[in-house]
Amino acid sequence: MNPSLPSQPISREESAGYDRRMISYIQNAAAHGLYEIRGLGAKRRLPHFDDLVFLGASLTRYPLEGYREKCSTKTILGTRFATKPIELEIPITIAGMSFGSLSAHVKEALGRAATEVGTSTTTGDGGMTAEERLSSKTLVYQCLPSRYGFNPNDLRQADAIEIVIGQGAKPGGGGLLLGQKINPRVAEMRTLPEGIDQRSACRHPDWTGSDDLTIKIQELRELTDWEKPIYVKVGASRTFNDVKLAVHAGADVVVVDGMQGGTAATQTVFIEHVGIPTLAAVRQAVEALEDMDMKGKVQLVVSGGIRTGADVAKALAMGADAVSIGQGILIALGCNSETYVQKGDHHAALEDYAALGTAPGYCHHCHTGKCPVGVTTQDPDLEQRLEPEVGAKRVKNYLKTLNMELTTIARACGKQNVHHLEREDLVALTLEAAAMARLPLAGTNWIPGW
Amino acid sequence: MDSVMDSVTNSTIKADTEMPIVFDLAQTPLREVNRFLHQEISQHNGKSIRILNPDGAHNIAVGVDHEVNIEIAGHTGYYAAGMNQLANVMILGNAGPGVAENMMSGCVQVKGFASVSAGASAQGGLLIIEGNAGLRCGISLKGGDIVVGGSVGSFSAFMAQAGRIVICGDAGDALGDSLYEAVIYVRGKIKSLGADAQIEPMTDADYQTVTELLAQANFPYSSKEFRRVASAKQLYHWNADDNQEY
Ligand SMILES: Cc1cc2nc3c(=O)[nH]c(=O)nc-3n(C[C@H](O)[C@H](O)[C@H](O)COP(=O)(O)O)c2cc1C
Ligand code: SF4
Repeated sequence: MNPSLPSQPISREESAGYDRRMISYIQNAAAHGLYEIRGLGAKRRLPHFDDLVFLGASLTRYPLEGYREKCSTKTILGTRFATKPIELEIPITIAGMSFGSLSAHVKEALGRAATEVGTSTTTGDGGMTAEERLSSKTLVYQCLPSRYGFNPNDLRQADAIEIVIGQGAKPGGGGLLLGQKINPRVAEMRTLPEGIDQRSACRHPDWTGSDDLTIKIQELRELTDWEKPIYVKVGASRTFNDVKLAVHAGADVVVVDGMQGGTAATQTVFIEHVGIPTLAAVRQAVEALEDMDMKGKVQLVVSGGIRTGADVAKALAMGADAVSIGQGILIALGCNSETYVQKGDHHAALEDYAALGTAPGYCHHCHTGKCPVGVTTQDPDLEQRLEPEVGAKRVKNYLKTLNMELTTIARACGKQNVHHLEREDLVALTLEAAAMARLPLAGTNWIPGW
Repeated sequence: MDSVMDSVTNSTIKADTEMPIVFDLAQTPLREVNRFLHQEISQHNGKSIRILNPDGAHNIAVGVDHEVNIEIAGHTGYYAAGMNQLANVMILGNAGPGVAENMMSGCVQVKGFASVSAGASAQGGLLIIEGNAGLRCGISLKGGDIVVGGSVGSFSAFMAQAGRIVICGDAGDALGDSLYEAVIYVRGKIKSLGADAQIEPMTDADYQTVTELLAQANFPYSSKEFRRVASAKQLYHWNADDNQEY
């Protein structure tokens, strides 16, 4: 430093457009020449269910007694064409997460938890494992573009079939599974060489467009003698038209996954910049069903950022029949927690987070396969960090809690059945949420743009 | 092609000496036929099935899981013999999109042409197409074998993971794009290869494979006329310095 220069205070004026995050992004791109891939969902703030509140009962509505009066949570999905619809005790289901992204232990834990609370769990990109079929009373079998491990035997053993068109984290994109996670079992199930960086297709191999989808759905129905409900899952983008096309194609259930939905590995640019928020998508989906006079005939499952019982209640009030959860389930299992439990003892995982360049609370490193708490891994040692019994108990507790919160809100709104929650019970706290959800701004009758 | 097709006699599907069970799709709903093929067929061991008047109906004989000979007397729509297991299915006409898609085992033979996505994602079994096949033949193939008497359209064997495709005619654009471990053998011209696909020398094992598959399909060519296309494996791992075609 030149001693003749007067010492100056260092200016800390950060550029809004080129803040430290953006500088680090550009410098990383320059260093590596590859885009970032990561797990979990969008990190940016989005208009969401947090921006809605319920109008509890008072003089104009009568509440139900919190602990005494019954409030039904029974949920039936797939009543349109299937001869064996799915009957669930609660309207909260476990989303499709692939074996490959999750370990076999986790798959087993999810099946057990779902069975105990009376809900369904779902396979994923990579096929059905024997563990999850055995442990799940109600298992939804995904039919994805990659068709990894997809086969008629598992189709016949499934309770419902979910044709995945897209995921909220990446509408229009295919899957990724990096080499570290392709162990011998995963490789064999997917018919791939071990250790390669695998890309799954983004389009189905044997159909394009919704007219073809109609015939594909019929094929799956013919194959299973019209017994099983067929769900169609779309990532939220042009949701109004997508839902209409899915219904037109013959879906029994439409699953709409908003942009904040989780993923095991996707390009960050995709996660943050493609798709619309769940809040906007639910409204569009419900409008599409109403427009076709299909509300109640075709069921709507909503996912993407469902974390709490309040989120579930709001989704239901807006017109969903059920919700589906991915990230919340991972977090319940121990994702982003400081410790993991083995044989009843807590062990610190901080060093393992640090080795990945992260810390509990910030981790999104599912794509690495080195999950410090044994959730999203295929590593035989790390996998041991999540014991199926521990995982099952936690997920069961989480789902039970959400369900209790849901019924608490429903009773406060005077409903004997959580499916009786309605749009009229909700108002919005922000202009964006009011416009997207088409609900009045709290304390007014004003719905922006309406 | 015509001369080849005329000379083909079907050896793969053995004629049944007993009287076949006949369904007429002009009279019986498809759902009943398929249900019979799933649920009741096991009580009729050794019987052949004949399906009349398919008239391009979709989803004929999907999900059969039984050793049985099924003859479809005409053209089929989408997904004929989809997810086939064990059965020998003969289509005496052209087949629509996705014939024998996700086949697991058995044999499906198309006397005429096949539309797009023939044998898509098939994990096992043998698909024989005597005429040409459309776009994306053998897309996402996972272990099945496909023998095409004629030519295949563009994007064939896209992301094919395992299995073999023998093409007696020409191949369209982007053959074998993003191939994994599947191998393609082509007798005629290749309009263009897809990303990461390359022509490789034929080994003795390749000649033998092609000879065997041609014999099963009863096509009169010599394996010496074929070239091998397989993955250069440059896309197996991310590498920024390679200018990969991701
Ligand atoms: C680890 C992980 C793996 C996933 N794998 C799949 C998959 O194989 N197929 C699929 O359709 N969706 C997959 N998803 C997305 C979920 O099914 C679901 O749409 C999403 O997680 C819902 O949003 P949420 O995570 O905010 O609850 C995955 C999500 C996660 C977090
Ligand atoms: S703790 Fe595990 S599951 Fe959670 S974000 Fe990190 S790697 Fe993924």
